[in-house]
Amino acid sequence: MSSSSGGSLARYIAVRLLLVIPMIWVLLTIVFVLLRVAPGDPVSAAVGGKLSEDALDTRRHALGIDRPLIVQYLDYLGDVVRLDFGHTISDNRPILDVIRDQGGATMTLTIGAFLFAILIGVPLGRVAGRYRDTATDAGIRIFGVVSYAAPIFWVGIMLVLVVVKLFPGWPTYDIASVQTKFLVEPKTHVLLLDTILAGDGEAVKDVLQHHVLPCFTLGLLLSGVIIRLVRVNVIQALQGDYIEAARARGIPERQVVRRHAFRNALVPVITVIGLQVALTLSGAILTERTFNWPGLGTELVQYVTARDYVAVQGLVTFFALVVVIVSLLVDILNALVDPRVRY
Amino acid sequence: MRHWVRTIWNTRGLARWILLAGLVLVVAFVVMAVLAPWIAPYDFNQTRVDGDKLPKLAHPSGEHWLGTNDQFFDIWSRVVWGARTALEVIVLSVLFSILIGVPLGLVSGFIGGWADRALVFVMDSLYALPSLLLAIVFSFLLRDALGGGIVAAALSLTCIYIPQYFRVVRNTTVSVKQSVYVEAARAIGAPPTTIMRKYLFGNVVQSVPVIGTLNAADALSTLAALGFLGFGIQPTEASEWGYDLSRALDDAQAGTWWPALFPGLAIILLITGLTLVGEGLNETLNPSLRRRRLVPVRMPAMGPSDHYGALPTPGRGPGGRP
Repeated sequence: MSSSSGGSLARYIAVRLLLVIPMIWVLLTIVFVLLRVAPGDPVSAAVGGKLSEDALDTRRHALGIDRPLIVQYLDYLGDVVRLDFGHTISDNRPILDVIRDQGGATMTLTIGAFLFAILIGVPLGRVAGRYRDTATDAGIRIFGVVSYAAPIFWVGIMLVLVVVKLFPGWPTYDIASVQTKFLVEPKTHVLLLDTILAGDGEAVKDVLQHHVLPCFTLGLLLSGVIIRLVRVNVIQALQGDYIEAARARGIPERQVVRRHAFRNALVPVITVIGLQVALTLSGAILTERTFNWPGLGTELVQYVTARDYVAVQGLVTFFALVVVIVSLLVDILNALVDPRVRY
Repeated sequence: MRHWVRTIWNTRGLARWILLAGLVLVVAFVVMAVLAPWIAPYDFNQTRVDGDKLPKLAHPSGEHWLGTNDQFFDIWSRVVWGARTALEVIVLSVLFSILIGVPLGLVSGFIGGWADRALVFVMDSLYALPSLLLAIVFSFLLRDALGGGIVAAALSLTCIYIPQYFRVVRNTTVSVKQSVYVEAARAIGAPPTTIMRKYLFGNVVQSVPVIGTLNAADALSTLAALGFLGFGIQPTEASEWGYDLSRALDDAQAGTWWPALFPGLAIILLITGLTLVGEGLNETLNPSLRRRRLVPVRMPAMGPSDHYGALPTPGRGPGGRP
């Protein structure tokens, strides 16, 4: 069994990897077509009005956007393969630097959000599935619907209002206090890790406190999805023949739910959590704006406002790569966990 | 259409209540949008009355029911005018994406071949991207061409939803194309356009109303998100709830609650209404979900009339039933 299943797993991963390449290529082409072929001149959009026509031409030449489109296209693909996303027009920063400096904040935000989402969503979903069609179930389902219907930034603002009222002094915006940012030396570009590496307990506490509200807000959004999923899975698992068999053997209902139904219900959750990467990214952009969070979403918003084509193109390319790679990793993880996926 | 109305009317149970609750909410907002000039005490960008400036950040009171915000706007008026903006954008974007997505999916699924494969691949890739990111990119691109008005916002949302209609319609087309009656049509010499128009279209658009209403809810939240980020409808063009929420951010940090609370509630209520209508339609129009609900409907028809005479619904029945 081991050799054949190992072989099929390897083949599955290989096929999946091969499928990723055209996917990335199509996405890159779409991004290029949208941002380069569509009408609109990046240079005059970003710095037009401030420079003379000659200076604008020099800039255009320096960016290489006066060359034929096909050359630009191949150049762009080549650059992305080498993980070079270009330089921003408005402040001439390498986009890779933007990603490195600001990506950490977005990363800790989303990880924290997932922790909250699991902490909220899994138990609630389990209870709702276990006590299906009762008042508890209805209440939890309504919570799930509302957490989806409520705009995440509005939820964030409401939480800020509550916190400002009940816990004055608790940080409600930014990733750290000015002091911490000033004192902690950047090493890993992930502020939380930097404070831990610096061994500064106060700073770690400060950064963690700043994380609570934004992570909780984004986590609420994601928990709705998890609740719905865990609920349906628990209900489905409870209808399985093996549950009937477990009950027939006289195993107490609590144990049936916990040991037999719940565990099997969790397997698909891994997949779906991974597939929520698009929702998470959208949510992160909005959460960052709400809490003035110095992450990639904030950067994207600023560069869009500055009408910086190259920066927008670079960041969108990066987001697209993240989406594809995360879904690839989730598929592989899922194949490892669930042998049926590999067929 | 008539058939649908009757199906919905005859449904009993939870699905009916979901649909009704949703319809009540949506209709309330439609009324607000249509009658905005009469309901709203002020214009959406009015800051002065008879030369006097409105108060800044005034508490909700008899004069300003929901208070005023940091731009001297009356919040109740902004909410009412915002309903008009929201509904205009939603209707336009759903209409545009249906008009583009459905024919595209129908033709692509019918013709098949490499063009179909390529289109599916492009649509799937677009679908994989975060919808907000796509909307941001499109509004970024459309800003120069169309400005920051309602049409530009609707078009940036349209681009997100086309793949959904395309997928559903294309997949149904592919499966319906194989059926015997289509083959029969082909055998009697019907040209492809006739087959698509007369034989496939009716079968393929079944699920479009449901997707449409659910997309409408999603479109509203994306519109608000765009407005919140500052890429939506410009404040000079129309009143928009998401933009108002972005203005309320700083006030919230200072503990001022009314500029943020009310536009947000409006968004939630309209999204909930649209979602409920979508779910309700899904459960009443989808035969596989509906069957269970229909069983109790047949019972009253066969039962003694005096027992069911107390039900409130038959009073309005004759209008809907032939």
